[in-house]
Amino acid sequence: MSECVKFSFRGQEIVAEAGQSVGAALIAAGHRSWRTTRREGAPRGVFCGIGVCFDCLVVVNGKPGRRACLTEVLPGDVVEPQEGAGRGELSC
Amino acid sequence: MSFPAEAAEIAVLGAGPAGLAAAVTAASAGARVALIDAGTRVGGQFWRHREGDEGVGHHDWPTLVRLRAGLSRVDVRTRHAIWHVERADGGFTVHTDRGEIACRTVIVATGAYDRQVPFPGWTLPGVYTAGGVQALVKGHGVRAGDRVVVAGTGPFLLPVAAGLVDAGAEVAGVFEAGSPAGFARSPLAVLANAGKLAEGAGYLKTLLRQRVPYRTRTAVVAAHGTDEVESVTVASLDRQWRIVPGSERTVACDTVAVGYGFTPQLELPVQLGCETRLGADGSLVAVADDRQRATTAGVYLAGEVCGVGGSALSLVEGELAGLHAALTAVGAEPNRDTVARLLRQRKSLRAFANAMHAAHPVRPGWQTWVDSGTQICRCEEVSVGTVRSAVKDLGATDARTVKLLARPGMGLCQGRVCGYATACLVAAECGREPTAADLDGVAARPIAQPVTLGDLARG
Repeated sequence: MSECVKFSFRGQEIVAEAGQSVGAALIAAGHRSWRTTRREGAPRGVFCGIGVCFDCLVVVNGKPGRRACLTEVLPGDVVEPQEGAGRGELSC
Repeated sequence: MSFPAEAAEIAVLGAGPAGLAAAVTAASAGARVALIDAGTRVGGQFWRHREGDEGVGHHDWPTLVRLRAGLSRVDVRTRHAIWHVERADGGFTVHTDRGEIACRTVIVATGAYDRQVPFPGWTLPGVYTAGGVQALVKGHGVRAGDRVVVAGTGPFLLPVAAGLVDAGAEVAGVFEAGSPAGFARSPLAVLANAGKLAEGAGYLKTLLRQRVPYRTRTAVVAAHGTDEVESVTVASLDRQWRIVPGSERTVACDTVAVGYGFTPQLELPVQLGCETRLGADGSLVAVADDRQRATTAGVYLAGEVCGVGGSALSLVEGELAGLHAALTAVGAEPNRDTVARLLRQRKSLRAFANAMHAAHPVRPGWQTWVDSGTQICRCEEVSVGTVRSAVKDLGATDARTVKLLARPGMGLCQGRVCGYATACLVAAECGREPTAADLDGVAARPIAQPVTLGDLARG
């Protein structure tokens, strides 16, 4: 139906539909979690899906703290898991 | 069309059913209206859709088409996340991540989101809110999993399950903790809104066709797995939602969609000093009068912020708010018959919503499902035991103090997810029912959306 958008996750190429969120594209590609929590290092992915909960934080093009459920995937995006608060960079 | 932001007479905050109806109505009455929403396109959560989506699987799509057509005279600002609204000279300043919008009157129509109660394992990946699963299907064409358990309480579980079936998922069961038979206690309210029942029956038909088990007085009381959910424990509940001993059984699944009704998105009304109260469903709601006016001058409210009631009620309240805001802004006298009709519809739909809430209360017995190690606050990883200890050992008597002592609600989501459950848990530990003051104590958020320091510097 839609155009395709290619992006990378953990160095692997993923094909998404244009307009999908990073979170939706990752789930469609079979990924359920891409963040570890600050205190316990527990795995997390999408929970609320609409920008309320912040469970789905992800690093997009080097910027940590992006909400995967709200961030539209763009061609060539480099997506990495987020550990804790986001590699100490917090430039978001 | 676009016009200078400072010239907006009315700013409508939120572009779901209530906000769309308010904006179109006020603009038709001659007011200059700005409609502001964080999303990519209008429609809110109810009409969440993708580019090119022309209504497949959506309810009441023609209404969205009609409202969208009415936006030609409205300054539509999608992709604008509002983080604060403040009083300014003779009006308000709406701060968004893309700059300020000045206006004389605001209509808050920010909707609601899934209400949650914790259970062991609910932080495992693969456990989603029911609304989140629906948003993935409707907004992105993605089904959250292959074998899904749908659980919680309220009629929203049915469209979520039916949507999953239509998307090709296997729904391993719908577990409704309440008992829809409670509707029978309000026959007049129900009969006056027969269309709603027909809608529910349509979803049930879809589920029956696929032989999806639908169980009432039953809940998912634990999720299991190492890195992802692999199964859940399902149990029968007594009237107070305590587990009936011996009724537990395991259901294999890769995904759980869970929701215990909705809770209004109240940051902006609370920022504006609007009075709140406990709604029929036990959530905090903002107080509106017959003109949809808040208790703060110049502020109107429409839709779920006034109490969760569904899209039809939101459309009516949006129209009422738009008419009266336009009367204030440009002196456009609303048609009396129209107002009388809308008030009748509001009364009938609100009565139906109250009947629905009465049939689907969240009972305190959920607190027996959790153990002391169960996390209640997902962001700060605060356990139920830590919250209870703040009451028992540190002497806290309200949720606000517990928040300061034990940090639930202090993380990134600012208590949006755990606020309700924390308030209920603390009240129970103190031997009383949760009050509006308890929920107020976890609802105040001076910044409604995360913003960068750059956004703050720009104002």
